[in-house]
Amino acid sequence: MKDRNISRRNFLKYMAGGSAAIVPGAALLSGCKRGSATVDSADGSAMTMRVNPNTGDKVSLLGYGMMRLPTLPEGSEEDPQTGPFDQEMINRQVDYALAHGVNYFDTSPVYCRGFSERCTGIALKRHPRDKYFIATKLSNFDNHLWSLEESQKMFENSLKELQTDYIDYLLLHSTGGGGHDPETDEELSGLEVCKRRFLNNGLADWLVEQKQKGRIRNLGFSWHGDYRAFQLLLNLHDEGRYHWDFVQIELNYLDWFYANEINQSNVDAVTLYAELHKRGIPAVIMEPLLGGRLAKVNDDIAAELKQRDPEASIASWAFRFAGTPEGVLTVLSGMTYMEHLEENVKTYSPLHPITPEERDFLFHIAELIYGQKEVPCTACQYCMPCPYGLDIPGIFAHYNKCLREGNTPQSIGSPAYRKQRRAFLVGYDRSVPRLRQADHCIGCNQCTSHCPQQIKIPQELHRISEYVETLKKEGGPL
Amino acid sequence: MLRKIRIILASIVFIGITLLFLDVTGILHTYLGWLAKIQFLPSVLALNVGVIIALVALTIIFGRIYCSIICPLGILQDLLARLRPRKNNKVGRYGFSKEMKWLRYPVLLLFIVALVAGVGSFVALLAPYSSYGRIAANLFAPLYGWGNNVLAAIAAKYDSYAFYHVDVWMRGLPTFIIAAVTFVVLAVLAWIGGRTYCNTICPVGTCLSFLARFSVLKIRFDEDKCKNCSACSKSCKASCIDYKNHTVDYSRCVVCGNCVDSCKFGALKYDAPRLHKAQGSNGTHGANKPNGERRAFLLGLGLAGTAAALAQVKTKMDGGLADIEDKVAPERKTKLTPPGSLSASHFHQHCTGCQLCVAQCPNQVLRPSGDLLTLMQPEMSYERGYCRPECTRCSEVCPAGAIRPIQQEEKSSIQIGHAVFVKKNCVAINDEVECGNCARHCPTGAIQMVPLDPNDELGTYIPAINESLCIGCGACENLCPARPFSAIYVEGHEAHKFV
Repeated sequence: MKDRNISRRNFLKYMAGGSAAIVPGAALLSGCKRGSATVDSADGSAMTMRVNPNTGDKVSLLGYGMMRLPTLPEGSEEDPQTGPFDQEMINRQVDYALAHGVNYFDTSPVYCRGFSERCTGIALKRHPRDKYFIATKLSNFDNHLWSLEESQKMFENSLKELQTDYIDYLLLHSTGGGGHDPETDEELSGLEVCKRRFLNNGLADWLVEQKQKGRIRNLGFSWHGDYRAFQLLLNLHDEGRYHWDFVQIELNYLDWFYANEINQSNVDAVTLYAELHKRGIPAVIMEPLLGGRLAKVNDDIAAELKQRDPEASIASWAFRFAGTPEGVLTVLSGMTYMEHLEENVKTYSPLHPITPEERDFLFHIAELIYGQKEVPCTACQYCMPCPYGLDIPGIFAHYNKCLREGNTPQSIGSPAYRKQRRAFLVGYDRSVPRLRQADHCIGCNQCTSHCPQQIKIPQELHRISEYVETLKKEGGPL
Repeated sequence: MLRKIRIILASIVFIGITLLFLDVTGILHTYLGWLAKIQFLPSVLALNVGVIIALVALTIIFGRIYCSIICPLGILQDLLARLRPRKNNKVGRYGFSKEMKWLRYPVLLLFIVALVAGVGSFVALLAPYSSYGRIAANLFAPLYGWGNNVLAAIAAKYDSYAFYHVDVWMRGLPTFIIAAVTFVVLAVLAWIGGRTYCNTICPVGTCLSFLARFSVLKIRFDEDKCKNCSACSKSCKASCIDYKNHTVDYSRCVVCGNCVDSCKFGALKYDAPRLHKAQGSNGTHGANKPNGERRAFLLGLGLAGTAAALAQVKTKMDGGLADIEDKVAPERKTKLTPPGSLSASHFHQHCTGCQLCVAQCPNQVLRPSGDLLTLMQPEMSYERGYCRPECTRCSEVCPAGAIRPIQQEEKSSIQIGHAVFVKKNCVAINDEVECGNCARHCPTGAIQMVPLDPNDELGTYIPAINESLCIGCGACENLCPARPFSAIYVEGHEAHKFV
């Protein structure tokens, strides 16, 4: 990666120095003329729309991610059609979204225990088909789905679940993720898995055919993990072998420079975006909030953000950052609650782009968040269900929450030790049932290849388990 | 006055000792633990000479005041008797009856024989403190736990850590049934005849009655003032006042003071008597004794011992939680007894089956035994938790010396059993995954992971247990992912030793 040589700290200094024009990372955030073009409405209150240069689609800057659908209240009976998900609430939220200009809905056959496409289809079917764009994915992760036939079946099934005869945006899902050889069970690199899932089996060519038939309007891919897969796919684009109409990447003010620092095998969003930008490929943004981590910050950070703009919500900073680069087609948000939807609609109606000063301020915030050493889990649930019953995202969420709230005491001598210890341990039992806690992780590693954030899940769980063990041993009853 | 003092003291002791059984926080026993330790039978079993001398002295001076203010079962009966609505406030409903020596003494004899012979179940069945403990732990504690959980749910709503959820679970069906039967029988007896149990069955009552006959302070008649109105006899829960003959059976009098209060003529006094004659006699009360319940059959579920048959979904979807099957206790050749209990025989001879340790165990390890000989005495099992290294709670609360006090530091060197590997259940072999959770959590490093095939260092690793280092805490058994039967379990030792 080309910017690896530049020290990150110097990079920030450059930015602050105002020599933005020479620095690719900064230039990208402002004044980009390629990629999708903005069509802000004259009326200041309408949703900011971006134009897809390939099809001319006018896409809302806020895209609805159908990965975190609302569930029925605990204990209620599951619906045979829609499982534990609250279809009524989904319908209401989709209606609200459409009424406020949101027209991009992103789902996948594996989201929400496999119910997401169906719930999305039911909600959208109630509206005219030309009022919205459906994005779904070829999520052929399991190695028994790597054959052309199985993958084709998956695509056909998506059409059925979504009750439509064409997909507006189809993605090769999470290219770059690892896997295992179906025969030898040998671990394979993300590059190798990418080839086997999409290229060697002729699936990409078949999808191009479907595009020619009009069953797919835009073909693209989403990427996490092995950077070589990203490079391979873009090379194929450069060679004219495939044309990617869009690419979905993770982008937010933490990942812009810190993705690589958080995890060696991740690539900073600035690099990914630059690669797309120079080819004029529109970027669809995922994890603008890092699974909510950029909305749930500790009190010190919250205070700083509020001092800067007392009336702006904490999440709105992250959305403005993700929506500012003009090559961004849409920013996906998995809005579980109506309040999230309302707030995000407000943030983008219209977008007030991040100014260079604000951008530097957010990089400073990113530095603070990075310093907390949270487990970078976005609760995407890709690792779930753990075959041994653990609630992996639940454990990380509790640990991160305690880090943010200062409830991870380190020394038994500290004055607030007892109170913090109690908050950690009582809260732990509250948020994760005992049989699903970290001490039950056997380290089988089956989850690791599913994690788009490249978290070494068993190691992190064992670390948390040891920490809990120390807390339990020290200091007697709660 | 006597009655008021008695009620105040009894209330304090009763509330305190009940809280000891109900406490879910693990803090109260530091302040209230002594209430269990001053109980008569536990201190005899613990050879707690100081307490025994104090109780003997107390009885010689004051009579059987122990039964009125220290014994929780006695206080419970007073409480139950009070719940019965009285037709007339002034006059009680009891009456004089003769002492039933033919029942009292044989029961006491049987009790002593059982105690010496080590038939713990019979001892636990009759002993008053044990009976109360059973009732408190089995009947009152669940209610308290649920109440606590309601508060915990409310606290969770407000993000407060003031209360936290505790599991309320059935620790042993036979013991629960015995507790319920004991409670009902006592309630009926208390309702009809006041202290019938205390004066016919209770071995502690009979024991103390020998001393009480000669106590310094006694209830005594002033025959000049007595108008033979019978109010004292009717108010006497112990049925020990013969108003016609102006005698009190001091072997049964529990010094409650009701008679003193009931006498409008001041004919009864509690003081040091001039020489006064106690009258023993026999009576006609029906024998009542809680029936020993038959041993109930414990979870003999024929769940075939296949290792965790984890549902393999064909295509992995994102999210959701895998089902977790409950663990089933393995058949242990030797039952596990808690660290501090020295040996199975020491434990069984001293334990009064009061359930205090069972109620207090924060790791859900202790539960009453269902075996006939050790019925209601606790045993350990690791399906719900394991004997955590920092916890010495049961040894702190045990009033009978069955579990001797141990220090946290020495706990990790007391061997109460050893782990046994059951190869056919191991997930490393069955699921072909890397595991090692037993080794990872072993507090003494007694388990290491070794290749199943010594020539294949890259293949499957299974646990190798060094029995000499194992202390039997059950971390491995509890945290083993194999369900319902763990691939590693702890076999008890009859005699504990230091490793």
